[in-house]
Amino acid sequence: MSELTLTVMRLGFLAVLWLFVIVAVQVIRSDLFGTRVTQRGSRREAGRQQQQAARQQPAAPPQQRNQQRGQQGGGRRGRNAPTKLVVTEGTLTGTTVALQGQTITLGRAHDSTIVLDDDYASSRHARIYPDRDGQWIVEDLGSTNGTYLDRSRLTTPTPIQPGSPIRIGKTVIELRK
Amino acid sequence: MSSTTNPPTHHTSTIGAIGAPSRRNTELALLVFAVAIPVFAYANVGLAIKNQVPAGLLEYGLGLGLLAGVAHLAVRKFAPYADPLLLPLATLLNGLGLVVIWRLDQSKLLQSLPHFAAAAPRQLLYSALGIAMFAAVLIFLKDHRALQRYTYISMVCALVLLLLPLVPGLGADIYGAKIWIRVPGLGSLQPGEFAKIVLAVFFAGYLMVKRDALALASRRFMGLYLPRGRDLGPILVVWAMSILILVFETDLGTSLLFFGMFVIMLYVATERTSWIVFGLLMSAVGAVGVASFESHIQTRVNAWLNPMREYQLSRQVTHDGILHSDQLQQSLWAFGSGGTLGTGWGQGHSDLIKFAANSDFVFATFGEELGLAGIMAMLLIYGLIVERGVRTALAARDPFGKLLAVGLSGAFALQVFVVAGGVMGLIPLTGMTMPFVAYGGSSVLANWALIGILIRISDTARRPAPMPAGNPDAEMTQVVRPS
Repeated sequence: MSELTLTVMRLGFLAVLWLFVIVAVQVIRSDLFGTRVTQRGSRREAGRQQQQAARQQPAAPPQQRNQQRGQQGGGRRGRNAPTKLVVTEGTLTGTTVALQGQTITLGRAHDSTIVLDDDYASSRHARIYPDRDGQWIVEDLGSTNGTYLDRSRLTTPTPIQPGSPIRIGKTVIELRK
Repeated sequence: MSSTTNPPTHHTSTIGAIGAPSRRNTELALLVFAVAIPVFAYANVGLAIKNQVPAGLLEYGLGLGLLAGVAHLAVRKFAPYADPLLLPLATLLNGLGLVVIWRLDQSKLLQSLPHFAAAAPRQLLYSALGIAMFAAVLIFLKDHRALQRYTYISMVCALVLLLLPLVPGLGADIYGAKIWIRVPGLGSLQPGEFAKIVLAVFFAGYLMVKRDALALASRRFMGLYLPRGRDLGPILVVWAMSILILVFETDLGTSLLFFGMFVIMLYVATERTSWIVFGLLMSAVGAVGVASFESHIQTRVNAWLNPMREYQLSRQVTHDGILHSDQLQQSLWAFGSGGTLGTGWGQGHSDLIKFAANSDFVFATFGEELGLAGIMAMLLIYGLIVERGVRTALAARDPFGKLLAVGLSGAFALQVFVVAGGVMGLIPLTGMTMPFVAYGGSSVLANWALIGILIRISDTARRPAPMPAGNPDAEMTQVVRPS
């Protein structure tokens, strides 16, 4: 093999190797310059904005709200047992726990199933467990700031409907299918 | 938007239907690139050494491509939201490692050594096993939080793994370091590589529970937060453990790796700079103390301080009973003769290192044949893997996942530093392997498992958050409505 060819291959290989590094860095550029808004992101963002708008000024476009209701209705109509617990608001947003018949404890204590990092939560705040028929029950464990199902503060163990939010401090939890 | 139509892999029914940016296609494109580069290098080695494209090019390319494809499909199926970079980066390093091992197999000098056996086919087998390990981690570890349950079992496991090489009849003393065990019929295994991962699980689980006590209960003294005596307990135990490894297995690298990993995780868990100061002081004291009486370590330190003298001694007949080795000096010469742009694939003389040229000293071959430009790119690739690991830790929501990701990527970074620093003469040489590129089954298997766990954590961390349901307060305030 001629000297020239080998030199070209040598430099070519280094160029290709560096090209790979540059391409890899391009892929993670979004870490440095913020995330790209994708379709899903924009819809979700719209959902959030709509919620905030609804909170601040009640005049949200009716069709969007209908869409949202439709989603909720779809969730409730199934009548099957919920399969997972989802954190929808608060620092743990996005955490899911599979429901497999076990008791789920919530609180700041380290041995809780979901360790809440929330200033308004007690160390043993609440628990969620299935009763004999498989209906999921939420019970407040004498917390300081209370546990809210929908909008009412819990005083007794209460069955949970899928999709109804359980509020603990700034954290909101839901059961989903 | 009904949840029944979604495949079971989608954990959030509302999001799955819209389609989240999983970036799996980016990963696939990068993987194709990452397979093409080693194939190019392979052809280049053949052209440079034998003046022809090597006969096994197609098989090699297909083999590597198949492995990458299997790994990609496993990620697509079992961790669809995982980081898109980890797999291509690891695949590229593994492919380049295979090429350089095959290139050293072609060396006439190494072939003339006793006990020569072609290493490349076996490394390809190890890589296949590594990918299988990677897929197994993704399949069987559905949620990394499950590992949290085995905190103390992991501790026992790690200790057993570390002590195995000391068991008489099972351990093997290879060139002064007792870090191997012999498995009948399978060859030898380096349990320390696996202990690294198991120990990270233990540290993460332990520190998650104890971090408040470690971070908050302290006295301030000269600008540093001094921990209480009783909180020093665990760090002292780990320190003693790593010193014991150093004394009984004469393995400086593993000892440094474990203690360094613990200090990194302790710092991340508590945000206290004092732990780093203590850690550095303690490891310095320990290393100097052990080096003062352990002859194996002394030899390493002497070779590091004066490699040329060691080279000359290795050429003469000495009667001091110490095995003098010219490896480090040969390695430094290899880096030097590579220069900025390298000699080109297959045209260096790194085979002069002879023993361990394709394992501990594999980086010297890269240094000679790819030059400074090449090894900088490789170190950046290692750096990117570590960066993705730390990014995963930042994105992870649970403290255990955060600590585990930091610990694993910290151990990976430390290992690269210890090996690269060793062969370049920055720190005393230790018997460790460069992750993914060095010849060795245990190392490849353990590092693929490590990448598998990082991918699992990043999948959990990057999984899009479920859509919040209607806020009951918002419903109530919607009283006035333009009709």
